[in-house]
Amino acid sequence: MNAPWYLSLWALVATLAMTSILETSRGLGFSRLSLPFLIGTFFTGRRGRAVIVGFAVYTIGGWLFAFVYFLLFSSVRIYTWWFGAIAGLAHGMFLLTCALPLLPFVHPRMASEYHSVSAIRQLEPPGFLAMNYGYHTPLSTLIAQIVYGATLGGFAQIAHWAGA
Amino acid sequence: MDRQMSRAGRPLQPEIRDYAIIGDCRTAALISREGSLDWLCLPNFSSTSAFARLLDLNAGHFSIRPSAPFTVERHYVPATAVLATTFKTDSGIARLIDLCPISDSIGSLLPMREILRIIEGVAGSVDLEIEFAPRLDYGRMRSTFRKLTDAVWRCGGGRELLLLNSNVELADHGSMLTARLHTTAGERRHFSLSYVECDVGTIAPVGADADARCDRTIAWWQDWSRTCRFAGRERDIVLRSAITLKLMTFCLSGSIVAAPTTSVPEAIGGERNWDYRYCWLRDAGLTMSALVDLGFHEEAAAYLGWLLHATRLTRPNLCSLYDVYGRTNLRVRIADWLAGYLNTAPVRIGNDAIKQLQLDAHGQVIAAAQIFAAAGCELDTLEARMLIGFGDVICKRWREPDNGIWEIPGARRPYTFSKAMCWVALDRLLSLHERGIIDLAAREAIFRRTRSDIGDCIEARGFNAALNSYTAELDGKEMDAALLLLICFGYKAASDSRMVATYNRVHDELDCGGLLYRYRPGYDGLKGTEGAFGLVSFFAVAHLAERGLVEEAVRRFDYLCDFANDVGLFGEQIEPRSGKALGNFPQAFTHVGLIYSAIVIERARRRTAQ
Repeated sequence: MNAPWYLSLWALVATLAMTSILETSRGLGFSRLSLPFLIGTFFTGRRGRAVIVGFAVYTIGGWLFAFVYFLLFSSVRIYTWWFGAIAGLAHGMFLLTCALPLLPFVHPRMASEYHSVSAIRQLEPPGFLAMNYGYHTPLSTLIAQIVYGATLGGFAQIAHWAGA
Repeated sequence: MDRQMSRAGRPLQPEIRDYAIIGDCRTAALISREGSLDWLCLPNFSSTSAFARLLDLNAGHFSIRPSAPFTVERHYVPATAVLATTFKTDSGIARLIDLCPISDSIGSLLPMREILRIIEGVAGSVDLEIEFAPRLDYGRMRSTFRKLTDAVWRCGGGRELLLLNSNVELADHGSMLTARLHTTAGERRHFSLSYVECDVGTIAPVGADADARCDRTIAWWQDWSRTCRFAGRERDIVLRSAITLKLMTFCLSGSIVAAPTTSVPEAIGGERNWDYRYCWLRDAGLTMSALVDLGFHEEAAAYLGWLLHATRLTRPNLCSLYDVYGRTNLRVRIADWLAGYLNTAPVRIGNDAIKQLQLDAHGQVIAAAQIFAAAGCELDTLEARMLIGFGDVICKRWREPDNGIWEIPGARRPYTFSKAMCWVALDRLLSLHERGIIDLAAREAIFRRTRSDIGDCIEARGFNAALNSYTAELDGKEMDAALLLLICFGYKAASDSRMVATYNRVHDELDCGGLLYRYRPGYDGLKGTEGAFGLVSFFAVAHLAERGLVEEAVRRFDYLCDFANDVGLFGEQIEPRSGKALGNFPQAFTHVGLIYSAIVIERARRRTAQ
C-alpha cells in the first residue's frame, strides 16, 4: 500500500457507513441499540449531550480502529473487500458476544443482572447478543460491521491495484 | 391477623388469594399460606418458570410446612416485602421467613438471583416436612439432583443452574429432595436457593451470613418505604400497595409488569386466562400519578424512561403492551402440558393483545410525561420530540376504531374512552407547550383544532341523551366503567352534570354489592362470566371523593379494602358473591387504583378542612 494519506478519509467513510446502517436500523424499528449513546453515557447522564459526545467519540474510535484493519490487511497481504468483510464479521461477533455483555460491569450508568436493586442505574443491559435492544440487533450490528470491514477492504483493494 | 385452618392433605390448589408475593424487582415468587413456593420464573418475570404448581400440581414446588395439623398467621415484616408465616400446632409454634435478598452481587460473589427461606422455632417444638421439587421450563424439565457438598445440591445445568444450600439434611427421592425437621424454640435453619443463567454458579452462604442478608433486606425495604410521603389514615394499605407495585418493577429497565403470573383464570373453568407478565401502556398515566404523588421520583423517572425509549421499536405508533425490554415478539403459545389453575386451561405464554390497536396508549404515555413534568422533573429535548410525534399520530388516527382499554377481541369499535384519551393526549401536549416545556411551533394550531374536534365528537356521539350518560362506544348504549376515569385525566370535572349522570348510570348497571364490573357481563363476547373489576371499583371511590362526598368515598374504600387478602394483596378481579380473588395475582393496576383513590380521598379531606 502506498497511499497512506488516503487512509484517514477511507476510515472516516467506513465509520460513517457503519454508523448510518446502525442508525437506520434504529429509525426503522429493528433495534434500539445506539453505540454512540452507550459510549456518550460513560461521560454524562444527560441524554442530549450523551448523544453528541458519544457520536464524536464513536466516530473518532471507528476512524482509529480502521488503522488496525489496515495493519491486518498488510500483515497477511490480502487487500480485498471480502477479506475486509470477514474481518468486520469477526469484529461484530466479538462486539456482540464479548464487548457488549462486558459493558454492564464497566459502564457507570448501566444496570446488570448482578447489581443491587438499590443501585441507581438507568441504562438497561444489552443481554445475550444485545437482544434486549430488539431481536434484530445482532443482525443489524453484524451487517454494519461487515459493511465497515468491506468498505475498508474495498478501498485497500483499489489502492493495491492502483499501486500495482 | 387472619387465621385459617390448614387444608393440608387435600389435593387442591390453594385459593388465589392465599398467595403472598416476595421479589427482588427482577422476578417474583408466590408463596401459599401453607408455606409452599408455587410460582417462580427465572431469571426475570417473563422467563420460564422453575416452580409452577400454581398452574399444575406437578409443575414444581418448594414447600416447608408442619407435619401435624396447623393453623396459619401471616404478615409482612412492617414496611418490607419480607414475608413471615407463623405455623401453630398443638406442640408448638414455628415461623417461616421468606424473602428475595436485596444484595449487591457486583461487589461480592452472591448469586444472580436468590430465594432465602428461614425457619425458626418460636415456642415448643414443631415437626416440619420439606419438599424441594423444581421443574424448569414450565414444568417440562424433570431435572436430577446432584450433591455438590454436604450442604449443597445442584439441579439443572447447561444454560440454567439451581443450587440449594441448606443446614438441613436433605434426602434425594429422584424427583424431589425431602427432609423432616424437628425444630425447637430458638432454633433457626436456612434454605438458600440460588440461580444462575449462562454463568458460573455461586452458592449463597447460610447461617449467620444468611441472617445478615435478611437483616439487610429488611433495612433496605424499610429505608425505601420511608420515601412514601402519604400520611393519611389509609397509609398502611397504601404503603403495602406501593411495595407491591415496586415488586412488579423491573429494575433493569424501569418497566412495570401488570402481574407476575400467567393464566390465573378470571373465571374458573372459563377461557379467560391471559399472560400478564408484560407491561401495558394503558396503565401508564395512573401508575405515574401514583409514583409521583407518593414521592417515588426515581421510580417515576425510570418508568418514564422506559415508556419513551423502550417503546422505540414501534415508534411513533405504540403497541398496547411490550415485554420488560420493550420487545414485541409476544406471540401466544399454549402450554398444553400444564393443567391450569383448578384445571382451567389453556395456560398461555405470551399475549396476543400485542396485535390489537389501543388508541388510549398514546394519551396514557403523554399523560404520564405531563404528570412527571408537572412534579418539577425535567423532560429533555429528545423526549419532548417523541411526545410531539405521538401527538401527530393522534391527529392522524383518532377517528379509527380500536380494541379499547379492555382489549375486547373481535372487530374494532369506536370506544368513547379511547377518543377521550386522544383528547387527553393533545390537551396534555398543549399544556406542556403553554408551560414552555415543549415547543409545538406550527403544530399548536393543528393540535388545538383536533382536540376541539375530538371533544365535539365525544359530546355529540359519546353521550347518549336518552340514557343521560356517556357510553362505551360512540352512538352506543352500553356502559363502560373506564369512563369514570375521565375526571382523573381532566376531561371533565367530577361535578360536571354529565359525569355525575354517568356515574349514576354506571352504578345502576354495573354495580354488584359495592363492587363494579368493568362492563356488562357478556359484552366482550367471551365465554363465561368474569368477576367484578378491582380497578374500576376504586375509580368509583375516586369519583365520589372528587365530588366532595368524602364519607361515602371512605366507606366504599374501606369496603373494597376488605377484599384484600390477609397480607393486603389484590388480584385483578373479585368474585362478588364469595369475595374470592380472580385473575392474575397480585395485580399492579388494582394496587395503582387503590393508591390513586386514597390520594384523591386525602386531597378531598384537605379541601374540606380548609
